[in-house]
Amino acid sequence: LAKKRKEQKMGNLVEEYFEAHSSSKVLTSDRTLQKFRKRRLNQQTLHDLLKNVPLAYAAEIRDLNQQHESLFSKWMLQLHLGFNILLYGLGSKRDLLEKFRTSLLQDSVHLVVNGYFPSITVRSILNSVTEEVLDHIGTFRSPLDQLEFITKRFKEDSSLELYVLIHNLDSHMLRGERSQQILAQLSSLPSIYLIASIDHINAPLMWDQAKLSLYNWLWYETTTFNPYVEETSYENSLLVQQSGSLALSSLMHVLHSLTLNARGIFRLLAQHQLEKKDNPSYPGLSFQDFYQQCREAFLVNSDLTLRAQLTEFRDHKLIRTKRGADGVEYLLIPVDDSTLTDFLEKEDEDV
Amino acid sequence: QQIQEDLSKQLLDNLVSFLSRSHSDFQEKTTEWTCRMKFREIPTAALVLGVNVTDHDLTFRGLSDVLQDNITPYVALLEAKDCPGIKNLMQKLMGQLMNCDIEVDSLEDEDCVQASQNRIRCSMPSLISWYGSVTKKTDSETPSKKRNSSSRHWQSPPVVVIFKDMESFTTKVLQDFIVISSQHIHELPLVLVFGIATSPMIIHRLLPHSVSSLLCIELFQSLSCKEHLSTIIDKLLLTSRFPFKLGEKVLQVLINIFLYHDFSVQNFIKGFQLCIVEHFYSQPLSVLCCHLVDIKKRVYSLSHDQCENIRRLPSFRRYVEKQESGKQIELLTNDSFLKEETEKLLEDLHVYHENYVSILRCLHVFTSSLPKYPLGKQIRELHCACLENRVWETEEYESSLQLARMLNKTDLVTMLQQCVEILLSSSGKEFDRAVEKLKKFLTQFQNLEAEASQERDVSVSPQKELQKKTDLYHLQKTLLELKESRRCKKLTKFEMLRFEVVDYIDSLVRRYLVPADNRTLHEIVYFNAAAVLRGHLNAAPRTALHTALNKPHWYLKNQALKCDGGGISNKAPDICIVYKLHLECGRLINLVDWLEAFSTVVMAAEQPNADAASSDQVDDVIHARFIRAVSELELLGFIKPSKQKTDHVARLTWGGC
Repeated sequence: LAKKRKEQKMGNLVEEYFEAHSSSKVLTSDRTLQKFRKRRLNQQTLHDLLKNVPLAYAAEIRDLNQQHESLFSKWMLQLHLGFNILLYGLGSKRDLLEKFRTSLLQDSVHLVVNGYFPSITVRSILNSVTEEVLDHIGTFRSPLDQLEFITKRFKEDSSLELYVLIHNLDSHMLRGERSQQILAQLSSLPSIYLIASIDHINAPLMWDQAKLSLYNWLWYETTTFNPYVEETSYENSLLVQQSGSLALSSLMHVLHSLTLNARGIFRLLAQHQLEKKDNPSYPGLSFQDFYQQCREAFLVNSDLTLRAQLTEFRDHKLIRTKRGADGVEYLLIPVDDSTLTDFLEKEDEDV
Repeated sequence: QQIQEDLSKQLLDNLVSFLSRSHSDFQEKTTEWTCRMKFREIPTAALVLGVNVTDHDLTFRGLSDVLQDNITPYVALLEAKDCPGIKNLMQKLMGQLMNCDIEVDSLEDEDCVQASQNRIRCSMPSLISWYGSVTKKTDSETPSKKRNSSSRHWQSPPVVVIFKDMESFTTKVLQDFIVISSQHIHELPLVLVFGIATSPMIIHRLLPHSVSSLLCIELFQSLSCKEHLSTIIDKLLLTSRFPFKLGEKVLQVLINIFLYHDFSVQNFIKGFQLCIVEHFYSQPLSVLCCHLVDIKKRVYSLSHDQCENIRRLPSFRRYVEKQESGKQIELLTNDSFLKEETEKLLEDLHVYHENYVSILRCLHVFTSSLPKYPLGKQIRELHCACLENRVWETEEYESSLQLARMLNKTDLVTMLQQCVEILLSSSGKEFDRAVEKLKKFLTQFQNLEAEASQERDVSVSPQKELQKKTDLYHLQKTLLELKESRRCKKLTKFEMLRFEVVDYIDSLVRRYLVPADNRTLHEIVYFNAAAVLRGHLNAAPRTALHTALNKPHWYLKNQALKCDGGGISNKAPDICIVYKLHLECGRLINLVDWLEAFSTVVMAAEQPNADAASSDQVDDVIHARFIRAVSELELLGFIKPSKQKTDHVARLTWGGC
């Protein structure tokens, strides 16, 4: 009976899934953060604020970590027997691995790879192996060649031993198929010992049978509940001000350094865009119309000057041009409307 | 640790030798075939190897060794990951062939020059010219210098190219290579070997007709991995050579991983290795897990603490309770007496193992031929059943005995003969009597055959009588008699004997196949921590995350976190609250609402503590904590930013997890 009920429950679950995904309509409120009237925090203030918050359940977390630390000597034994250690579970495993490193690996050659670091590549890992561990100066044509070289050296010289610690093996840079293949081959060398940690729920999808057998993992659950401080500092969150997209402050900054006419041109474009903001199929202002309007406002005197001005805007990523279906050039400001409104208000204050 | 490393090495050596042996006949076939096939289109051997890709390395290495020893010095092993394009493939091929050459003769210096040259120009013509020069060299040298046998036998030994994983090669590369090499087949006798994981259909799917017509394919089938498994279990677990044994649960876990996940023998071995490591690491008495010869020495070198450990074993406690009081006191206080007793018990355990294995095989002979296999077809199933609990109490055993009582004679005789052989080959001394008994049974059967023929004569006679006397009354009478006799003579001598045999086997089973858990000191040799093993080999990171987020009190032992029902207490860590709130949403989540819900929950938790502090400050802090929790969830892969709507995130998971 229990089984039947479970089956029924499963069936319901499945149906619910398809129901939820059948229509593209989503039932959520339309409120946005902009309306929420909240100043966006940037990375620094966020960091400062969080530093003041006391960590909840510090004592319990410490107990938990001590429990994991008691396994260190076992890990060493298992590493030497040809297994590689993989840590999973909630919470940052960075401190744990650091502790492992400082307490047991102090005297031996080891390499720490910060997988969460956004510019890490397999090549840089291999380079640090060849350059710093093997003292080989020279370049390789491909990572495969490099790997072959490393393999050869390690096979020849049995005294070479290397511990590799990888934080976040599943990070964006390392999760590719090729990099995993190379890392797997590296870890399958008997004198290279690998300890890695994963966080993503779908991390095991990276490995097929062949890679799994190369890695020879021993899984260890190490739930630490430590906050992911370092790991998330590179994660571009939605709520934190992003340097990549255009923000109000940078917009103001650029425009303040322009001539009055140029500011006028931009203002015209912004106003036009705001007027049409309710029209979702608005393609932008066509160049011809824009030229006409600018002439009428005595902002430009020729086609050429307007084009030069627009190029300057484009260089600062203030506008985007798009060619429509009829071959006409359309101009758009790639900033959300609320920021644009703010900008215009500020502009009015200044004037 | 010393012992353990020895042991594991011993095990692995044994395994490797076994594996290579099992492949050897297969390899022999292939090599033979390679000898035969020469100077035709492109001879191709397709080896169907099964999906356990990880085990194939050993096969290929063995194959290339055999080929190199017997036929040709030129063997190249190509892997798909090394050959994304035809250029890389040629490079790799040339490099390997030339290296092969160097390995084989390893005295000519000029080969080094060749080897360095291979980086520069790697084309088919250069390969051919190299091959020509090598063969010329061998041709000229053969009479004087005895190189390997192959070049003496044939003027030009074939070049064997092995494609390890046919499925993962790109079609284009493979086709190009085949077309190119088919054009040079007269100058360069190539033989291709494909390793196929799925089915031979894949050749036709990967290669169009024009290409596959250039090949002359022959199929070879390798042993299925299940057979490998059963032989490995046979060699590893059902011998008395290794003192280390697996408990029932652990064995079940390993077999399940094998059968339901990967079919990989290598992984099975890895699991076994892990069991050894765990056992010798965690169990303080595992020093005593050794061969019979070493036991005495080790028992006497035990320290007091280790003796205490022995006393603490549950199976030993049970044993002590069964002894009379005087001996009990001795056992619990006197170390040297305990040591003597332990030694005796350990010896008993060894004897038990030896007997166990041979009786198990006997029983397997009986049960494996029964219809429907109530106790399982493979010996490993029988082994598991025996380890689990008393096998004679199970229903399956009962039904199999029922079936065994209905066996016909020839089957029974052959089975008995097999049993006798097994018992003779086993070294246990206690089987003399059993063997004798079984032999007696056999002779009785032979006698019975003679008797049976007589009996048939007897049974014929009434029928003759029946034909003689034809009057009605007599007929009726004799018929009745016949009926009567048939009913009471149901149990012929043969049937009686059959019952006797089955009962005897039954008694043997009852005596020797007692599950190991009931033996004293079984903890020393049996490894039983199945949960640990499963955690390490077959982990479920998703479940771990889910429990950590859903029930933080599981990990953080704090009373405040405990909470009734499915809800979550508002004192839980931030990320748990955020996770819980996100579970309640559908596909898309509005960040603003989420943040508000979060701040409501957190405020409710903090209100009793401190309602002071400027609300703006608190707000900021909560906002920051929310940001941290959300970005952590993003890192964990539960949500991702969505472009569908402003300030929304999309959920990537469904349902409760």
